[in-house]
Amino acid sequence: MTVTQTSGEVATREAYGKTLAALGGERQDIIVLDADLSGSTKTANFKKLYPDRFFNMGVSECNMIGTASGLASTGLTVFASSFSMFAVGKAFEQVRQEIALPVANVKICGTHAGITVGEDGASHQTLEDIAIMRVLPNMRVFVPADARETEQVIRAVAASPGPAYVRLSRMKTPQFLPDDYNFEIGKINTLRDGADITIAATGTTVMHALAAADALASKGISARILNVCSIKPLDTETLVKAARETGAIVTVEEHQRAGGMGSAVAEVVAEHAACPVRRLGMNDRFGESGSGGQLMDHFGLTAPAISGAALELLGHAS
Amino acid sequence: MTPDFQELAIVANELRGDVLRMLQLAGSGHPGGSLGMTDVFTTLWFGGHLKVDPQNPTWEDRDRFVLSNGHICPILYAILARQDYFPREELWTLRKLGSSLQGHPDFHFTKGVDCCTGSLGNGVSVALGMAMGARAQGKNFRVYAGTSDGESQEGQVWEMASAAAHHKVDNLTLLMDRNGIQIDGFTKDVMDQGDLGAKYKSFGWHVQEVDGHDMMAIHQALNEAKKASGKPQLIVCNTVLGKGVSFMENEPGWHGVTPDEEQLKKALDELGLD
Ligand SMILES: Cc1ncc(C[n+]2csc(CCOP(=O)(O)OP(=O)(O)O)c2C)c(N)n1
Ligand SMILES: [Mg+2]
Repeated sequence: MTVTQTSGEVATREAYGKTLAALGGERQDIIVLDADLSGSTKTANFKKLYPDRFFNMGVSECNMIGTASGLASTGLTVFASSFSMFAVGKAFEQVRQEIALPVANVKICGTHAGITVGEDGASHQTLEDIAIMRVLPNMRVFVPADARETEQVIRAVAASPGPAYVRLSRMKTPQFLPDDYNFEIGKINTLRDGADITIAATGTTVMHALAAADALASKGISARILNVCSIKPLDTETLVKAARETGAIVTVEEHQRAGGMGSAVAEVVAEHAACPVRRLGMNDRFGESGSGGQLMDHFGLTAPAISGAALELLGHAS
Repeated sequence: MTPDFQELAIVANELRGDVLRMLQLAGSGHPGGSLGMTDVFTTLWFGGHLKVDPQNPTWEDRDRFVLSNGHICPILYAILARQDYFPREELWTLRKLGSSLQGHPDFHFTKGVDCCTGSLGNGVSVALGMAMGARAQGKNFRVYAGTSDGESQEGQVWEMASAAAHHKVDNLTLLMDRNGIQIDGFTKDVMDQGDLGAKYKSFGWHVQEVDGHDMMAIHQALNEAKKASGKPQLIVCNTVLGKGVSFMENEPGWHGVTPDEEQLKKALDELGLD
Protein backbone atom coordinates (compact mmCIF):
# COMPACT_ATOMS: atom_id res chain seq x y z
CA MET A 1 0.00 0.00 0.00
CA THR A 2 1.25 3.49 -0.73
CA VAL A 3 0.02 6.75 0.59
CA THR A 4 -2.16 8.05 -2.18
CA GLN A 5 -1.62 11.53 -3.44
CA THR A 6 -4.66 13.69 -2.90
CA SER A 7 -5.12 17.32 -3.63
CA GLY A 8 -6.23 17.93 -0.03
CA GLU A 9 -4.02 18.73 2.91
CA VAL A 10 -2.62 15.93 5.08
CA ALA A 11 -0.80 16.07 8.40
CA THR A 12 2.47 14.17 8.49
CA ARG A 13 1.13 12.20 11.48
CA GLU A 14 -1.64 10.86 9.23
CA ALA A 15 0.87 9.69 6.63
CA TYR A 16 2.83 8.08 9.47
CA GLY A 17 -0.22 6.13 10.62
CA LYS A 18 -0.97 4.88 7.13
CA THR A 19 2.60 3.90 6.39
CA LEU A 20 2.98 2.12 9.71
CA ALA A 21 -0.17 0.11 9.05
CA ALA A 22 1.16 -0.85 5.61
CA LEU A 23 4.53 -1.88 7.06
CA GLY A 24 2.75 -4.04 9.61
CA GLY A 25 1.44 -6.21 6.80
CA GLU A 26 4.82 -6.46 5.15
CA ARG A 27 6.89 -7.23 8.24
CA GLN A 28 6.05 -9.43 11.18
CA ASP A 29 8.89 -8.03 13.30
CA ILE A 30 7.31 -4.61 13.68
CA ILE A 31 5.85 -3.81 17.11
CA VAL A 32 4.12 -0.55 17.99
CA LEU A 33 3.83 1.12 21.39
CA ASP A 34 1.76 4.15 22.29
CA ALA A 35 0.99 6.06 25.48
CA ASP A 36 -2.76 6.76 25.44
CA LEU A 37 -2.61 8.87 22.30
CA SER A 38 -3.06 6.29 19.56
CA GLY A 39 -5.97 8.18 18.03
CA SER A 40 -3.90 11.35 17.82
CA THR A 41 -0.56 9.86 16.79
CA LYS A 42 -2.43 7.61 14.31
CA THR A 43 -0.83 4.41 15.55
CA ALA A 44 -4.48 3.33 15.96
CA ASN A 45 -4.36 2.43 12.25
CA PHE A 46 -1.78 -0.24 13.03
CA LYS A 47 -3.56 -1.35 16.18
CA LYS A 48 -6.77 -2.00 14.26
CA LEU A 49 -5.02 -4.33 11.81
CA TYR A 50 -2.43 -5.95 14.08
CA PRO A 51 -3.74 -5.80 17.66
CA ASP A 52 -1.34 -8.55 18.75
CA ARG A 53 1.64 -6.40 17.86
CA PHE A 54 0.33 -3.20 19.43
CA PHE A 55 0.64 -2.30 23.10
CA ASN A 56 -1.00 0.68 24.74
CA MET A 57 1.28 1.51 27.67
CA GLY A 58 -1.05 4.09 29.19
CA VAL A 59 0.03 7.61 30.14
CA SER A 60 3.52 6.35 31.02
CA GLU A 61 6.04 7.60 28.49
CA CYS A 62 9.19 6.80 30.48
CA ASN A 63 8.07 3.22 30.91
CA MET A 64 7.09 3.05 27.25
CA ILE A 65 10.59 4.03 26.11
CA GLY A 66 12.26 1.58 28.48
CA THR A 67 9.92 -1.17 27.33
CA ALA A 68 10.66 -0.33 23.70
CA SER A 69 14.34 -0.89 24.38
CA GLY A 70 13.68 -4.27 25.96
CA LEU A 71 11.45 -5.36 23.09
CA ALA A 72 14.08 -4.30 20.58
CA SER A 73 16.75 -6.29 22.42
CA THR A 74 14.80 -9.46 21.60
CA GLY A 75 15.09 -8.84 17.86
CA LEU A 76 12.00 -6.75 17.17
CA THR A 77 11.73 -3.47 15.29
CA VAL A 78 9.90 -1.10 17.61
CA PHE A 79 7.98 2.08 16.83
CA ALA A 80 7.14 4.10 19.94
CA SER A 81 4.82 7.07 19.70
CA SER A 82 3.37 9.84 21.79
CA PHE A 83 3.26 13.58 21.44
CA SER A 84 6.83 14.66 20.77
CA MET A 85 6.81 16.66 24.03
CA PHE A 86 6.34 13.55 26.10
CA ALA A 87 8.11 10.88 24.00
CA VAL A 88 11.38 12.79 23.93
CA GLY A 89 10.78 15.47 26.55
CA LYS A 90 9.46 13.53 29.51
CA ALA A 91 11.39 10.37 28.65
CA PHE A 92 14.66 12.02 27.62
CA GLU A 93 16.81 10.21 30.10
CA GLN A 94 15.34 6.82 29.20
CA VAL A 95 15.92 7.67 25.54
CA ARG A 96 19.54 8.47 26.28
CA GLN A 97 20.35 5.49 28.50
CA GLU A 98 18.17 2.76 26.98
CA ILE A 99 17.82 3.70 23.30
CA ALA A 100 20.85 5.74 22.24
CA LEU A 101 23.53 4.15 24.44
CA PRO A 102 22.65 0.50 23.68
CA VAL A 103 21.88 1.43 20.03
CA ALA A 104 18.40 -0.07 20.36
CA ASN A 105 16.36 -0.64 17.22
CA VAL A 106 13.64 1.79 18.29
CA LYS A 107 12.03 4.45 16.15
CA ILE A 108 10.62 7.24 18.29
CA CYS A 109 7.90 8.94 16.27
CA GLY A 110 6.81 12.09 18.07
CA THR A 111 3.72 13.82 16.75
CA HIS A 112 2.26 17.26 17.57
CA ALA A 113 5.76 18.73 17.48
CA GLY A 114 6.58 22.40 17.23
CA ILE A 115 4.45 25.50 17.41
CA THR A 116 1.87 24.15 14.94
CA VAL A 117 0.32 21.97 17.64
CA GLY A 118 -1.42 25.29 18.19
CA GLU A 119 -4.19 25.79 20.72
CA ASP A 120 -2.86 23.40 23.39
CA GLY A 121 -0.24 26.05 24.13
CA ALA A 122 3.29 26.18 25.52
CA SER A 123 3.13 22.99 27.58
CA HIS A 124 2.52 20.96 24.43
CA GLN A 125 4.69 22.87 21.92
CA THR A 126 7.98 20.97 21.68
CA LEU A 127 10.55 23.49 20.58
CA GLU A 128 13.65 21.74 21.87
CA ASP A 129 13.38 18.19 20.51
CA ILE A 130 15.68 18.56 17.51
CA ALA A 131 18.37 19.94 19.80
CA ILE A 132 18.14 17.29 22.50
CA MET A 133 17.84 14.39 20.07
CA ARG A 134 20.62 15.40 17.72
CA VAL A 135 23.20 15.69 20.50
CA LEU A 136 22.69 12.05 21.45
CA PRO A 137 25.30 9.70 19.98
CA ASN A 138 23.73 7.00 17.75
CA MET A 139 20.46 8.92 17.42
CA ARG A 140 19.31 10.00 13.96
CA VAL A 141 16.85 12.85 13.46
CA PHE A 142 14.38 13.30 10.61
CA VAL A 143 11.72 15.94 9.99
CA PRO A 144 9.59 15.19 6.92
CA ALA A 145 8.00 18.09 5.07
CA ASP A 146 4.85 16.47 3.70
CA ALA A 147 2.95 13.19 3.50
CA ARG A 148 5.03 11.81 0.65
CA GLU A 149 8.28 12.41 2.45
CA THR A 150 6.85 11.01 5.67
CA GLU A 151 6.08 7.70 4.02
CA GLN A 152 9.61 7.54 2.65
CA VAL A 153 11.18 8.44 5.99
CA ILE A 154 9.15 5.86 7.90
CA ARG A 155 10.07 3.18 5.38
CA ALA A 156 13.72 4.21 5.50
CA VAL A 157 13.99 4.08 9.29
CA ALA A 158 12.14 0.76 9.41
CA ALA A 159 14.69 -0.65 6.94
CA SER A 160 17.70 0.78 8.75
CA PRO A 161 18.54 -0.79 12.14
CA GLY A 162 19.22 1.45 15.12
CA PRO A 163 17.68 4.44 16.88
CA ALA A 164 15.85 7.18 15.05
CA TYR A 165 13.67 10.13 16.01
CA VAL A 166 11.03 11.25 13.52
CA ARG A 167 9.39 14.62 14.20
CA LEU A 168 5.79 14.81 12.98
CA SER A 169 3.10 17.47 12.92
CA ARG A 170 -0.50 17.74 13.98
CA MET A 171 -1.46 20.41 11.47
CA LYS A 172 -2.68 19.52 8.01
CA THR A 173 -0.35 20.81 5.33
CA PRO A 174 -0.25 20.64 1.51
CA GLN A 175 1.40 17.71 -0.24
CA PHE A 176 3.79 19.63 -2.40
CA LEU A 177 6.84 17.45 -3.02
CA PRO A 178 6.96 16.08 -6.58
CA ASP A 179 6.02 12.55 -7.68
CA ASP A 180 9.64 11.61 -8.31
CA TYR A 181 10.81 12.90 -4.93
CA ASN A 182 13.33 10.65 -3.28
CA PHE A 183 14.32 10.84 0.40
CA GLU A 184 17.61 9.31 1.45
CA ILE A 185 19.05 9.17 4.95
CA GLY A 186 21.91 11.67 5.15
CA LYS A 187 20.97 13.57 1.99
CA ILE A 188 19.62 17.08 1.61
CA ASN A 189 17.19 17.54 -1.27
CA THR A 190 17.74 20.68 -3.28
CA LEU A 191 14.20 21.64 -4.22
CA ARG A 192 15.18 24.67 -6.25
CA ASP A 193 18.53 25.81 -7.51
CA GLY A 194 19.67 29.36 -6.95
CA ALA A 195 22.83 31.42 -6.93
CA ASP A 196 22.27 34.44 -4.68
CA ILE A 197 21.29 32.94 -1.35
CA THR A 198 20.44 29.59 0.23
CA ILE A 199 17.35 28.97 2.32
CA ALA A 200 17.49 25.78 4.39
CA ALA A 201 14.17 24.66 5.84
CA THR A 202 12.80 21.59 7.57
CA GLY A 203 9.35 20.09 8.11
CA THR A 204 6.46 22.54 8.01
CA THR A 205 8.69 25.46 7.01
CA VAL A 206 9.83 23.98 3.69
CA MET A 207 6.74 25.08 1.79
CA HIS A 208 7.11 28.57 3.23
CA ALA A 209 10.73 28.65 2.05
CA LEU A 210 9.53 27.85 -1.47
CA ALA A 211 7.00 30.67 -1.28
CA ALA A 212 9.76 33.00 -0.04
CA ALA A 213 11.87 31.98 -3.04
CA ASP A 214 9.02 33.06 -5.32
CA ALA A 215 8.84 36.43 -3.59
CA LEU A 216 12.59 36.86 -3.89
CA ALA A 217 12.53 35.85 -7.55
CA SER A 218 10.14 38.70 -8.26
CA LYS A 219 12.86 41.01 -6.91
CA GLY A 220 15.46 39.40 -9.15
CA ILE A 221 17.05 37.31 -6.39
CA SER A 222 17.57 33.63 -7.03
CA ALA A 223 17.32 31.54 -3.88
CA ARG A 224 18.43 27.95 -3.53
CA ILE A 225 16.01 25.92 -1.44
CA LEU A 226 17.28 23.03 0.65
CA ASN A 227 14.96 20.57 2.34
CA VAL A 228 16.89 19.45 5.41
CA CYS A 229 14.78 16.48 6.44
CA SER A 230 17.79 14.45 7.51
CA ILE A 231 19.10 16.70 10.28
CA LYS A 232 21.29 13.93 11.57
CA PRO A 233 23.16 12.53 9.71
CA LEU A 234 23.61 15.89 8.01
CA ASP A 235 24.63 16.27 4.37
CA THR A 236 27.84 18.29 4.80
CA GLU A 237 28.71 18.19 1.11
CA THR A 238 25.51 19.84 -0.08
CA LEU A 239 25.71 22.47 2.66
CA VAL A 240 29.34 23.37 1.96
CA LYS A 241 28.58 23.60 -1.74
CA ALA A 242 25.63 25.91 -1.04
CA ALA A 243 27.72 28.07 1.27
CA ARG A 244 30.48 28.40 -1.31
CA GLU A 245 28.20 28.99 -4.27
CA THR A 246 25.64 31.34 -2.74
CA GLY A 247 27.65 32.93 0.06
CA ALA A 248 24.72 33.42 2.46
CA ILE A 249 22.29 31.09 4.22
CA VAL A 250 18.96 31.60 5.95
CA THR A 251 17.59 28.71 8.01
CA VAL A 252 14.02 28.34 9.28
CA GLU A 253 12.31 25.87 11.60
CA GLU A 254 9.53 25.75 14.18
CA HIS A 255 12.02 25.11 16.97
CA GLN A 256 14.25 27.13 19.27
CA ARG A 257 16.94 28.95 17.32
CA ALA A 258 19.41 27.46 19.76
CA GLY A 259 20.39 23.92 18.96
CA GLY A 260 18.03 23.17 16.10
CA MET A 261 18.51 22.53 12.40
CA GLY A 262 19.85 26.06 11.92
CA SER A 263 22.49 25.47 14.55
CA ALA A 264 23.46 22.18 12.89
CA VAL A 265 23.83 23.99 9.57
CA ALA A 266 25.82 26.81 11.17
CA GLU A 267 28.17 24.31 12.80
CA VAL A 268 29.00 22.74 9.44
CA VAL A 269 29.34 26.05 7.66
CA ALA A 270 31.55 27.52 10.38
CA GLU A 271 33.94 24.59 10.15
CA HIS A 272 34.08 24.15 6.40
CA ALA A 273 33.04 27.21 4.42
CA ALA A 274 32.31 30.19 6.63
CA CYS A 275 29.55 32.42 5.30
CA PRO A 276 26.87 34.44 7.06
CA VAL A 277 24.03 32.33 8.44
CA ARG A 278 20.77 33.85 9.67
CA ARG A 279 18.70 31.46 11.78
CA LEU A 280 14.93 31.87 12.02
CA GLY A 281 13.11 30.05 14.80
CA MET A 282 11.76 30.65 18.27
CA ASN A 283 13.96 33.27 19.85
CA ASP A 284 14.62 31.80 23.29
CA ARG A 285 10.99 31.90 24.37
CA PHE A 286 8.04 29.58 24.81
CA GLY A 287 5.04 29.57 22.52
CA GLU A 288 1.41 30.22 23.37
CA SER A 289 -2.09 29.22 22.32
CA GLY A 290 -3.41 30.09 18.87
CA SER A 291 -4.03 28.27 15.63
CA GLY A 292 -0.98 26.63 14.09
CA GLY A 293 -1.13 28.83 11.02
CA GLN A 294 -1.49 32.03 13.05
CA LEU A 295 1.41 31.10 15.29
CA MET A 296 3.70 30.39 12.33
CA ASP A 297 2.99 33.93 11.09
CA HIS A 298 3.15 35.43 14.57
CA PHE A 299 6.59 34.01 15.29
CA GLY A 300 7.98 34.89 11.86
CA LEU A 301 8.32 31.43 10.34
CA THR A 302 6.43 31.96 7.08
CA ALA A 303 7.33 33.39 3.67
CA PRO A 304 7.29 37.14 4.48
CA ALA A 305 9.70 36.73 7.40
CA ILE A 306 11.92 34.35 5.44
CA SER A 307 12.21 36.58 2.40
CA GLY A 308 12.67 39.57 4.71
CA ALA A 309 15.57 37.87 6.46
CA ALA A 310 17.10 36.97 3.09
CA LEU A 311 16.87 40.55 1.86
CA GLU A 312 18.40 41.86 5.06
CA LEU A 313 21.23 39.36 4.88
CA LEU A 314 21.92 40.43 1.30
CA GLY A 315 22.04 44.06 2.41
CA HIS A 316 18.80 45.18 0.76
CA ALA A 317 17.08 47.79 2.87
CA SER A 318 13.50 46.74 3.56
CA MET B 1 -19.87 26.70 58.31
CA THR B 2 -22.23 24.64 56.22
CA PRO B 3 -22.67 25.94 52.69
CA ASP B 4 -26.06 26.37 51.05
CA PHE B 5 -26.05 23.28 48.85
CA GLN B 6 -28.97 24.49 46.76
CA GLU B 7 -27.03 27.62 45.94
CA LEU B 8 -23.91 25.57 45.19
CA ALA B 9 -25.88 23.42 42.76
CA ILE B 10 -27.02 26.53 40.90
CA VAL B 11 -23.44 27.78 40.72
CA ALA B 12 -22.23 24.41 39.43
CA ASN B 13 -24.91 24.38 36.78
CA GLU B 14 -23.99 27.85 35.56
CA LEU B 15 -20.31 26.97 35.55
CA ARG B 16 -21.11 23.99 33.33
CA GLY B 17 -22.82 26.39 30.95
CA ASP B 18 -19.73 28.62 30.85
CA VAL B 19 -17.47 25.62 30.24
CA LEU B 20 -19.57 24.54 27.28
CA ARG B 21 -19.85 28.04 25.83
CA MET B 22 -16.14 28.71 26.04
CA LEU B 23 -15.24 25.37 24.50
CA GLN B 24 -17.69 25.79 21.63
CA LEU B 25 -16.12 29.16 20.84
CA ALA B 26 -12.58 27.80 21.22
CA GLY B 27 -13.22 24.88 18.88
CA SER B 28 -10.77 22.68 20.79
CA GLY B 29 -10.30 21.63 24.40
CA HIS B 30 -11.60 19.18 26.97
CA PRO B 31 -15.25 19.18 28.08
CA GLY B 32 -15.44 15.67 29.55
CA GLY B 33 -13.29 16.04 32.64
CA SER B 34 -14.24 19.70 33.06
CA LEU B 35 -17.94 18.85 33.45
CA GLY B 36 -17.10 15.76 35.50
CA MET B 37 -15.16 17.69 38.15
CA THR B 38 -17.47 20.73 38.27
CA ASP B 39 -19.29 19.63 41.43
CA VAL B 40 -16.06 18.79 43.27
CA PHE B 41 -14.33 22.05 42.39
CA THR B 42 -17.47 24.11 43.02
CA THR B 43 -17.64 22.67 46.54
CA LEU B 44 -13.95 23.41 47.09
CA TRP B 45 -14.02 26.97 45.72
CA PHE B 46 -17.51 28.12 46.70
CA GLY B 47 -18.06 25.95 49.79
CA GLY B 48 -15.68 27.95 51.96
CA HIS B 49 -12.73 25.57 51.86
CA LEU B 50 -10.09 27.55 49.99
CA LYS B 51 -8.41 30.45 51.74
CA VAL B 52 -7.68 32.76 48.80
CA ASP B 53 -8.08 36.43 47.90
CA PRO B 54 -9.03 37.13 44.28
CA GLN B 55 -8.06 40.79 44.81
CA ASN B 56 -4.59 39.64 45.79
CA PRO B 57 -3.93 36.52 43.69
CA THR B 58 -0.29 36.21 44.75
CA TRP B 59 -0.92 36.64 48.50
CA GLU B 60 1.85 34.50 49.94
CA ASP B 61 -0.25 32.81 52.63
CA ARG B 62 -3.10 31.78 50.32
CA ASP B 63 -4.06 28.16 49.91
CA ARG B 64 -2.70 26.82 46.66
CA PHE B 65 -4.66 25.05 43.96
CA VAL B 66 -2.76 23.00 41.39
CA LEU B 67 -4.64 21.48 38.48
CA SER B 68 -2.31 18.61 37.69
CA ASN B 69 -4.68 17.21 35.07
CA GLY B 70 -4.29 20.59 33.40
CA HIS B 71 -6.36 19.73 30.34
CA ILE B 72 -9.57 20.29 32.32
CA CYS B 73 -8.69 23.97 32.87
CA PRO B 74 -11.95 25.23 31.31
CA ILE B 75 -13.68 24.52 34.61
CA LEU B 76 -10.86 26.25 36.52
CA TYR B 77 -11.12 29.31 34.27
CA ALA B 78 -14.90 29.44 34.66
CA ILE B 79 -14.45 29.31 38.45
CA LEU B 80 -11.72 31.97 38.48
CA ALA B 81 -13.92 34.30 36.43
CA ARG B 82 -16.84 33.78 38.81
CA GLN B 83 -14.50 34.45 41.72
CA ASP B 84 -13.63 37.78 40.02
CA TYR B 85 -10.00 37.06 39.25
CA PHE B 86 -10.78 38.42 35.77
CA PRO B 87 -13.87 39.47 33.77
CA ARG B 88 -16.15 36.70 32.55
CA GLU B 89 -15.84 38.02 28.98
CA GLU B 90 -12.27 36.71 28.87
CA LEU B 91 -13.68 33.18 28.93
CA TRP B 92 -14.82 33.62 25.34
CA THR B 93 -11.21 34.08 24.17
CA LEU B 94 -10.00 30.69 25.41
CA ARG B 95 -7.17 29.21 23.33
CA LYS B 96 -7.08 32.09 20.89
CA LEU B 97 -3.90 33.97 20.00
CA GLY B 98 -3.32 36.73 22.53
CA SER B 99 -5.79 35.33 25.08
CA SER B 100 -5.13 35.34 28.80
CA LEU B 101 -6.55 31.82 28.86
CA GLN B 102 -4.13 29.28 27.48
CA GLY B 103 -4.91 25.74 26.36
CA HIS B 104 -3.30 24.51 29.57
CA PRO B 105 -2.88 26.49 32.82
CA ASP B 106 -0.07 29.03 32.76
CA PHE B 107 0.30 31.66 35.48
CA HIS B 108 2.16 34.01 33.19
CA PHE B 109 -1.17 34.56 31.46
CA THR B 110 -3.89 33.87 34.01
CA LYS B 111 -4.52 35.39 37.44
CA GLY B 112 -5.40 32.79 40.03
CA VAL B 113 -3.42 29.97 38.43
CA ASP B 114 -0.76 28.74 40.84
CA CYS B 115 1.11 26.24 38.68
CA CYS B 116 1.91 25.71 34.99
CA THR B 117 0.56 22.29 34.11
CA GLY B 118 -0.42 20.26 31.06
CA SER B 119 2.18 17.53 31.13
CA LEU B 120 0.55 14.83 33.25
CA GLY B 121 2.42 13.69 36.34
CA ASN B 122 4.24 16.93 37.03
CA GLY B 123 1.71 19.05 38.89
CA VAL B 124 1.26 16.74 41.84
CA SER B 125 4.99 16.96 42.58
CA VAL B 126 4.86 20.74 42.47
CA ALA B 127 1.87 20.63 44.81
CA LEU B 128 3.89 18.47 47.19
CA GLY B 129 6.71 21.00 47.08
CA MET B 130 4.31 23.86 47.83
CA ALA B 131 2.95 21.98 50.82
CA MET B 132 6.47 21.24 52.08
CA GLY B 133 7.37 24.90 51.48
CA ALA B 134 4.54 26.00 53.75
CA ARG B 135 5.75 23.77 56.55
CA ALA B 136 9.42 24.69 56.06
CA GLN B 137 8.47 28.34 56.61
CA GLY B 138 6.05 27.76 59.46
CA LYS B 139 3.10 28.86 57.34
CA ASN B 140 -0.24 27.15 57.64
CA PHE B 141 -1.65 27.29 54.15
CA ARG B 142 -2.95 24.14 52.54
CA VAL B 143 -2.40 22.80 49.04
CA TYR B 144 -5.15 21.21 46.96
CA ALA B 145 -4.40 19.46 43.72
CA GLY B 146 -6.67 18.05 41.05
CA THR B 147 -5.46 14.79 39.54
CA SER B 148 -7.04 11.99 37.54
CA ASP B 149 -7.11 8.28 36.93
CA GLY B 150 -5.31 8.65 33.60
CA GLU B 151 -2.63 10.78 35.23
CA SER B 152 -2.13 8.05 37.83
CA GLN B 153 -0.48 5.93 35.14
CA GLU B 154 2.53 8.23 35.30
CA GLY B 155 5.29 6.80 37.49
CA GLN B 156 6.02 10.26 38.87
CA VAL B 157 2.64 10.26 40.64
CA TRP B 158 3.76 7.29 42.71
CA GLU B 159 7.13 8.84 43.44
CA MET B 160 5.17 11.84 44.77
CA ALA B 161 2.91 9.52 46.77
CA SER B 162 5.88 7.84 48.49
CA ALA B 163 7.58 11.12 49.26
CA ALA B 164 4.46 12.85 50.59
CA ALA B 165 3.73 9.99 52.96
CA HIS B 166 7.33 9.60 54.07
CA HIS B 167 7.61 13.29 54.88
CA LYS B 168 4.16 13.26 56.55
CA VAL B 169 2.94 16.16 54.42
CA ASP B 170 -0.52 16.58 55.92
CA ASN B 171 -1.34 19.95 54.40
CA LEU B 172 -1.69 18.36 50.95
CA THR B 173 -5.05 17.13 49.63
CA LEU B 174 -5.45 15.47 46.24
CA LEU B 175 -8.83 15.44 44.51
CA MET B 176 -8.80 12.61 42.01
CA ASP B 177 -11.14 12.55 39.04
CA ARG B 178 -11.97 8.84 38.90
CA ASN B 179 -14.17 8.73 35.82
CA GLY B 180 -12.74 5.51 34.41
CA ILE B 181 -11.91 7.23 31.13
CA GLN B 182 -8.79 8.51 29.39
CA ILE B 183 -8.00 9.52 25.80
CA ASP B 184 -7.84 6.10 24.16
CA GLY B 185 -10.98 4.79 25.89
CA PHE B 186 -12.06 3.29 29.19
CA THR B 187 -9.19 3.11 31.63
CA LYS B 188 -9.86 -0.55 32.40
CA ASP B 189 -9.22 -1.34 28.70
CA VAL B 190 -6.28 1.00 28.05
CA MET B 191 -4.35 0.15 31.20
CA ASP B 192 -6.27 -1.08 34.18
CA GLN B 193 -5.69 0.92 37.34
CA GLY B 194 -7.18 -1.40 39.91
CA ASP B 195 -8.21 0.14 43.23
CA LEU B 196 -6.46 3.50 43.23
CA GLY B 197 -7.67 4.37 46.72
CA ALA B 198 -6.25 1.13 48.12
CA LYS B 199 -2.94 1.81 46.40
CA TYR B 200 -2.66 5.23 48.00
CA LYS B 201 -3.67 3.75 51.34
CA SER B 202 -0.86 1.23 51.08
CA PHE B 203 1.49 4.15 50.46
CA GLY B 204 0.44 5.61 53.80
CA TRP B 205 -2.18 8.16 52.73
CA HIS B 206 -5.46 9.14 54.35
CA VAL B 207 -7.96 8.02 51.71
CA GLN B 208 -11.66 8.77 51.26
CA GLU B 209 -13.91 7.87 48.37
CA VAL B 210 -16.97 9.95 47.46
CA ASP B 211 -19.64 10.32 44.84
CA GLY B 212 -18.12 13.21 42.90
CA HIS B 213 -21.55 14.69 42.26
CA ASP B 214 -22.78 14.64 45.88
CA MET B 215 -21.73 18.06 47.10
CA MET B 216 -22.60 17.37 50.71
CA ALA B 217 -20.39 14.29 50.67
CA ILE B 218 -17.59 16.21 49.00
CA HIS B 219 -17.91 18.99 51.57
CA GLN B 220 -17.70 16.49 54.42
CA ALA B 221 -14.73 14.73 52.88
CA LEU B 222 -12.89 18.05 52.52
CA ASN B 223 -13.54 18.74 56.21
CA GLU B 224 -12.34 15.26 57.18
CA ALA B 225 -9.19 15.70 55.12
CA LYS B 226 -8.29 18.84 57.04
CA LYS B 227 -8.40 16.87 60.28
CA ALA B 228 -6.04 14.13 59.09
CA SER B 229 -2.80 14.51 60.99
CA GLY B 230 0.58 13.22 59.83
CA LYS B 231 -0.72 11.96 56.49
CA PRO B 232 -1.34 13.46 53.06
CA GLN B 233 -4.93 12.98 51.93
CA LEU B 234 -6.58 11.66 48.82
CA ILE B 235 -10.24 12.03 47.98
CA VAL B 236 -11.17 9.65 45.19
CA CYS B 237 -14.05 11.37 43.41
CA ASN B 238 -16.17 8.93 41.47
CA THR B 239 -17.42 11.07 38.65
CA VAL B 240 -19.21 10.76 35.34
CA LEU B 241 -17.27 12.23 32.42
CA GLY B 242 -19.41 14.92 30.78
CA LYS B 243 -21.79 15.09 33.76
CA GLY B 244 -24.94 17.10 33.09
CA VAL B 245 -25.06 16.70 29.33
CA SER B 246 -26.80 13.47 28.39
CA PHE B 247 -25.02 12.87 25.12
CA MET B 248 -21.60 13.44 26.65
CA GLU B 249 -21.97 11.42 29.83
CA ASN B 250 -19.53 8.52 30.11
CA GLU B 251 -18.60 8.78 26.42
CA PRO B 252 -14.78 8.63 26.00
CA GLY B 253 -15.14 10.51 22.71
CA TRP B 254 -15.97 13.67 24.70
CA HIS B 255 -12.62 13.67 26.52
CA GLY B 256 -11.21 16.24 24.13
CA VAL B 257 -13.76 17.17 21.48
CA THR B 258 -15.80 20.36 21.63
CA PRO B 259 -19.52 20.80 20.96
CA ASP B 260 -20.65 22.50 17.79
CA GLU B 261 -23.30 25.21 17.91
CA GLU B 262 -26.21 22.81 17.75
CA GLN B 263 -24.77 20.52 20.42
CA LEU B 264 -24.10 23.53 22.61
CA LYS B 265 -27.72 24.60 22.30
CA LYS B 266 -28.92 21.13 23.20
CA ALA B 267 -26.56 20.96 26.15
CA LEU B 268 -27.60 24.36 27.50
CA ASP B 269 -31.24 23.32 27.08
CA GLU B 270 -30.62 20.27 29.22
CA LEU B 271 -28.99 22.44 31.88
CA GLY B 272 -31.93 24.83 31.76
CA LEU B 273 -29.68 27.68 30.64
CA ASP B 274 -29.84 29.83 27.56
C1 LIG C 1 2.73 13.49 30.10
C2 LIG C 1 1.53 13.55 29.26
N1 LIG C 1 1.26 12.55 28.41
C3 LIG C 1 0.19 12.61 27.61
C4 LIG C 1 -0.65 13.68 27.66
C5 LIG C 1 -1.84 13.77 26.73
N2 LIG C 1 -3.07 13.58 27.49
C6 LIG C 1 -3.86 14.61 27.85
S1 LIG C 1 -5.19 14.15 28.74
C7 LIG C 1 -4.75 12.50 28.65
C8 LIG C 1 -5.59 11.46 29.30
C9 LIG C 1 -5.46 11.53 30.75
O1 LIG C 1 -6.45 10.78 31.39
P1 LIG C 1 -7.54 11.49 32.32
O2 LIG C 1 -6.95 12.67 32.97
O3 LIG C 1 -8.13 10.46 33.17
O4 LIG C 1 -8.54 12.00 31.20
P2 LIG C 1 -10.09 12.44 31.36
O5 LIG C 1 -10.68 11.68 32.49
O6 LIG C 1 -10.10 13.92 31.59
O7 LIG C 1 -10.74 12.09 30.05
C10 LIG C 1 -3.57 12.37 27.92
C11 LIG C 1 -2.91 11.09 27.63
C12 LIG C 1 -0.34 14.72 28.56
N3 LIG C 1 -1.09 15.83 28.65
N4 LIG C 1 0.74 14.62 29.35
MG1 LIG D 1 -10.11 10.02 33.59
